Amino acid sequence: MYLKSAYEIRDKYLRKDMLPTIFCPGCGIGSALQYTLRAIDDLGLNQDEIVWVSGIGCSSRVPGFVNFDGLHTTHGRALAFATGIKLANPDLKIIAFMGDGDAAAIGGNHFIHAIRRNLDVTVILINNFTYGMTGGQVAPTALKGLRGTTAPYGQFENPFDIADLAVSAGANYVARWSVFNYLQGINSIKKALSKEGFTLVEFLSPCPISFGRRNRMKTSPELLRWYQKITVPLAKAKNMPPEELEGKIVIGEFADRDRPGLVREYEAYKKRAKKMMGWEE
Amino acid sequence: MRYPFPVGRSDFIQGDEAIARAAILAGCRFYAGYPITPASEIFEAMALYMPLVDGVSIQMEDEIASIAAIIGASWAGAKAMTATSGPGFSLMMENLGYAIMTETPLVLVDVQRGGPSTGQPTLAAQGDIMQAIWGTHGDHSLIVLSPATVQEAFDFTIRAFNLAEKYRTPVVLLTDAEIAHMRERVYIPNPEEVEIVNRKLPQNEEEARLPFGDPHGDGVPPMPIFGKGYRTYVTGLTHDERGRPKTVDAEVHERLIRRIIEKLERNKENIISYETYALDDAEIAIVSTGIVSRSAVRAVKILREKGVKAGLLKLNTLWPFDFNMIEELAEQVKKIYVPEMNLGQLYHLVKEGANGKAEVELMPKIGGEVHTPMEIVERVVG
Repeated sequence: MYLKSAYEIRDKYLRKDMLPTIFCPGCGIGSALQYTLRAIDDLGLNQDEIVWVSGIGCSSRVPGFVNFDGLHTTHGRALAFATGIKLANPDLKIIAFMGDGDAAAIGGNHFIHAIRRNLDVTVILINNFTYGMTGGQVAPTALKGLRGTTAPYGQFENPFDIADLAVSAGANYVARWSVFNYLQGINSIKKALSKEGFTLVEFLSPCPISFGRRNRMKTSPELLRWYQKITVPLAKAKNMPPEELEGKIVIGEFADRDRPGLVREYEAYKKRAKKMMGWEE
Repeated sequence: MRYPFPVGRSDFIQGDEAIARAAILAGCRFYAGYPITPASEIFEAMALYMPLVDGVSIQMEDEIASIAAIIGASWAGAKAMTATSGPGFSLMMENLGYAIMTETPLVLVDVQRGGPSTGQPTLAAQGDIMQAIWGTHGDHSLIVLSPATVQEAFDFTIRAFNLAEKYRTPVVLLTDAEIAHMRERVYIPNPEEVEIVNRKLPQNEEEARLPFGDPHGDGVPPMPIFGKGYRTYVTGLTHDERGRPKTVDAEVHERLIRRIIEKLERNKENIISYETYALDDAEIAIVSTGIVSRSAVRAVKILREKGVKAGLLKLNTLWPFDFNMIEELAEQVKKIYVPEMNLGQLYHLVKEGANGKAEVELMPKIGGEVHTPMEIVERVVG
């Protein structure tokens, strides 16, 4: 497994005329994208039956770079658009590439309701604690004390734990890794793509230019070392007292269940409607 | 196929119900909405009918998501609709712009009520005319239809779908609380009597490669919907003919936006619809749209009885707008009156069209009641 070179993956799945990407040196989005493409490749999914959907932000530019059907929509709204695509043509598989600001701030309502409905979609969520495209404002995931251009003296609000939120709202599969967890990342995406309902793989992803520079971590390796310091594997976290988990981010698989997805629920609803109206036995 | 309501005969129904039935006969198979007075009955009818005709009706978390979902559905190949009223219409402005920019066929029904803000939820108004035309930001064009009766609400809904498909554009059906809740006799045609227009799909690889080009020279590119192997990329960013973002190229931006506007502008004659009453020899013209036209036609009859040569121009479409027609009218008549249920919106379009050739006088009315015929008459005869 994973024997294909990055060049093979690139040539098979990326639009050559759209390269180079807009991503800065040291950005983690390319890694998360590579894991997603490798997962698609390993699973042997049909490129023409997948639609990539996104909102606004650096990570939302991904559907433009991949050679699939793609809908690059408005800020935070990707999952609302995805709901229409999936229900209108359930044969299509949907991958939503989202940022943390996109999914948890402006798109927070769409995010929790898409999960509540168990919309059949795989969300790849890039969490870099910042608004990279607009130049480093604090995101709702930013841990207390982290700096951004709109909290230059350090974030004073509490952060959202997106994975935790997704588990509570009812997602079928939820995992979180940093982009440096290569194998876990690919395996989680493969699992996510193989399940019905809402599946989420969140990646802590370095943004040295907009985020790192303002937080004394100017390069990706520095951010990597920081991730190693602040992340705690789920198995270990279970035995840790809450005060020790303060300021830490738990990584691992948080949910893996098989509740019926929205498509299956709606198909059953249609049958019920016809039966109740006496149109069908 | 079986329909969940009687076809090929008349029925006595509300405007909202008429819109839902018309949508289904026009081929709409995807509805997404959010409850709001006075548009909820459209949603409730769709919720009842859609599962039975193998369509989708889904309640979204807000109006932003509702219009987003129907845009997604449209790109997945479905004819799709949402309906709302003022507060929801305001929320939809963001993605209405996205639909214009991505040339997505859809029908958006705005059942007008008194505003701004929550205003008068149960009472009619015509305060969203300018918002329907210009509400979303940036240079753009779209189609706005305005029915005056329940039958027109039905007929114009079918037309809205056909225009959306033909020109690959969002179409706003601008109705109001009065028509929405009023019951009138409506003829529901047999499906085979209904004229159906479907969007152009790419006929070859070359056409599919240019989802935002102009391969037919009519400004309307075929739509390479998802799941057909076209690998279409759709973005709200300024994009070239292939759909690739080109955000700092002035030429690409101008070419795209001008084509989106021109495709409707040059087909104006096929889109614009109006009716006249006693206008041929008129010296006084009343220009109206929607529910107010019903009082206006009565007012013209009364004025004629009083010996005043009055006539009516009733606008069935509000955009594109025929400014030349208004100028010709202004050359014919001495004065134009514009009764409308707001403090002056259609008036500004008419005044621009009249171009100083005749005096244009606004007859505003707000608060939720339609102008009575006598109110219009008294204003004309002084």
